[in-house]
Amino acid sequence: MSTTNPANETAEMSAIVLEQAERLFRGEITKERLEAADGGAWPAELWAAIEENGLTLAMVPEAAGGVGLPAADALKLLRLSGYHTLPLPLAETMVGAALWAEASGEAVGGPLAIGPTAPGEQLLIAKSGSDWKLAGTLTRIPWAAQSAHALLHARDAAGAGYLVLLPQGSGRIEPRANIGKEARDTLMLDGVVVPAAAVRPAPAACREGMLAAGALVRTQQMVGAMERALDYALAYVMERKQFGRELAKFQAIQQQLAEVAGLYAISSAAADGAREAWGRPGFEMSVALAKARVGEAVNRLTDVCHQVHGAMGYTQELPLHFATRRLWAWREEFGNETHWQRRIGEWACANGGEALWRALAENRFE
Amino acid sequence: MEAFQFDVPALPADALEAERRVREFLARERAAGTYQPHLSSWNTHDAEFSRRAGRAGLVAVGFPKEYGGQGWSMLARYVIAREMLANGAPCFAHWIAERQSGPQILRHGSERARKLILPKICAGECTFGIGMSEPDSGSDLAAVRTRAVRQGDDWVINGSKIWTSNAHNAHYLIALVRTSEADGKNRHVGLTQFVIDMAKPGVKVRPIYNLAGGHEFNEVHFNDYVVPDDMRVGELGAGWDMVTGELAFERSGPDRFLSDYRLMVELIDRVGTKPDAYQAVEIGRLVSHLSALTRMGTSIAGMLTAGKSPQVEAALLKDVGNVFERELPEVARRIAPVQPAPDDAGARYSETLSHIVQHAPSYTLRGGTREILRGVIARALGLR
Ligand SMILES: Cc1cc2nc3c(=O)[nH]c(=O)nc-3n(C[C@H](O)[C@H](O)[C@H](O)COP(=O)(O)OP(=O)(O)OC[C@H]3O[C@@H](n4cnc5c(N)ncnc54)[C@H](O)[C@@H]3O)c2cc1C
Repeated sequence: MSTTNPANETAEMSAIVLEQAERLFRGEITKERLEAADGGAWPAELWAAIEENGLTLAMVPEAAGGVGLPAADALKLLRLSGYHTLPLPLAETMVGAALWAEASGEAVGGPLAIGPTAPGEQLLIAKSGSDWKLAGTLTRIPWAAQSAHALLHARDAAGAGYLVLLPQGSGRIEPRANIGKEARDTLMLDGVVVPAAAVRPAPAACREGMLAAGALVRTQQMVGAMERALDYALAYVMERKQFGRELAKFQAIQQQLAEVAGLYAISSAAADGAREAWGRPGFEMSVALAKARVGEAVNRLTDVCHQVHGAMGYTQELPLHFATRRLWAWREEFGNETHWQRRIGEWACANGGEALWRALAENRFE
Repeated sequence: MEAFQFDVPALPADALEAERRVREFLARERAAGTYQPHLSSWNTHDAEFSRRAGRAGLVAVGFPKEYGGQGWSMLARYVIAREMLANGAPCFAHWIAERQSGPQILRHGSERARKLILPKICAGECTFGIGMSEPDSGSDLAAVRTRAVRQGDDWVINGSKIWTSNAHNAHYLIALVRTSEADGKNRHVGLTQFVIDMAKPGVKVRPIYNLAGGHEFNEVHFNDYVVPDDMRVGELGAGWDMVTGELAFERSGPDRFLSDYRLMVELIDRVGTKPDAYQAVEIGRLVSHLSALTRMGTSIAGMLTAGKSPQVEAALLKDVGNVFERELPEVARRIAPVQPAPDDAGARYSETLSHIVQHAPSYTLRGGTREILRGVIARALGLR
């Protein structure tokens, strides 16, 4: 036992944080709480517990006041949060805090919204004396109304990218929701003035806006939710009997579930690729590969998980829908698979057929 | 559910050295035009190619030095295999020996068998076939009827194998045969594996032509074929455990998702550097599958290096890998239409597509069918 080895210490710390999170989520995310969240309630105590456990600052370096877990470990928290369908913006806050720390050297507390979340949407920014002025409307911003800050990507007329940290109450907000019943608000920001301290040049992970960072966290949540949906399906077919035996005994059921277990496995591998690419060259393409693969798998996986549940799975009685509705929402956010597939395809074609293999073998998608 | 985990290890020094060597070797082979990458694969037999690979120290690198290998990790072997596949290298003359027969003999063979056979495998000079399937025993492998009867220090084998790939070029087979009756409850007992020397009398090979007219697999008939007891692989009656171990090697490799990789290369080049949206989306989709499959393959090689036995992971990889292999020609023909013709000499894309379309049906049969693999996965999920 060499507990003095820094690598071991970090691994131990990651394990502890993950275990605490697992315990917290398992204990606190009940059906009642999820139903209340579906109705628009903000589970404030749960959020407080998440902050107390340091989860929101997991990816922020210690020097900037964070917990300083390696990103590849910290992002596992989001897989857990996806598994438990946490009805709170931990993913947005975690990655947003990491980006802001990188851009400004400082940690920011409280829940964070991030955006834009849709390809093609763009916030504009221009100098206005010693301040900055914003122009634009952003849609489908996660929990903008409940968040202490929104961390938004903006561009100036010359095309340079910035991160803008907006306090709650800036501009106008129209509350909306996605089909997971998660808040996805419209932010109207024309004419909003921001002090210079709240505007920083965008870090490398935001070279092309907020989509890659957002897609990274969604892929982690999605494989978590996929695993949950599969777990529900497996448990159900072992319990439910028809024709005198458990559904699990029918080969048609076995074959379908085995097929989607394969889809889950390959999606999980893809999400790992993105998780490990944070801060590395080729980050965007690794995220693209993951969001494309995971997003594509959602349809077949949720199809089978619902099918084996019969009519009961199509109700609010069973918790399956908490996972599947989120999957249907998340696959569209920060670019759906078509968006990312196209990016990948253009990249692959530009490099030519022979070049692809090196990128695959060396896991370097620059 | 057991959360299937595919952690990707960093490549150890031997794997990095293997990668450097195999790339150098393949660059030389391709520059010299020794084979046609767009028309060959690990399923293409070229004894001279395998010999050169052996001389370059690229075959069975994981075997111990005393048997002609280099004692390298499974990751080193994996890296060599995937580079060969990505380059369409014609590996079949050494593939089965290296992938599964050699490792079986190394683990479970007699010392005489090891000394006799393993150095030849490492030299790239030894071709093996797999004698599992029989006319009445396909997916239901425990139904094999070929028998071996003890006679002093020898066994006498009678019966037939079928679908035996490359038996017509093979120096040896490993055959699964009955050495005693199955008991009523457990059909897996009474099976044993033997190394069959194809040069000895009593074994006959007859070709079966595949749908494209190729001679790939065969019937193999045993007529009082005599095999010495020290050519037994594993304990008497342990054949079932032997084949399941062997199938983990057979299923886990890059040959379960890179069989038609050259079509991917040809497709991208056919589409060109300026794809339209539809082409870009579909190629991007395929690449997203491939990159995750590559991670899974590396991960499994890492598990094997660590001494684990990733049978379920191997079944998962073969299943999703085969889905990809089957889908690739279908996507190709939709986004880059051509009337594929085997005689389209010079039109590489068309030739490759023509070849792959006709061979793709075999991918989800050989090495265990899709349905059987999904049965293995379902068992791991606790459904059966
Ligand atoms: C190109 C090629 C090379 C091969 N090389 C070799 C070789 O070198 N050595 C060797 O021993 N064998 C070899 N095989 C044989 C291969 O292993 C068998 O084809 C395979 O195991 C299936 O057996 P079968 O063809 O008899 O099909 P069957 O077992 O008759 O199956 C036919 C269909 O029924 C399905 N089926 C069968 N049982 C079940 C079940 N319980 N539940 C649901 N579905 C079921 C199968 O999935 C399949 O779709 C090769 C096959 C091919 C195509």
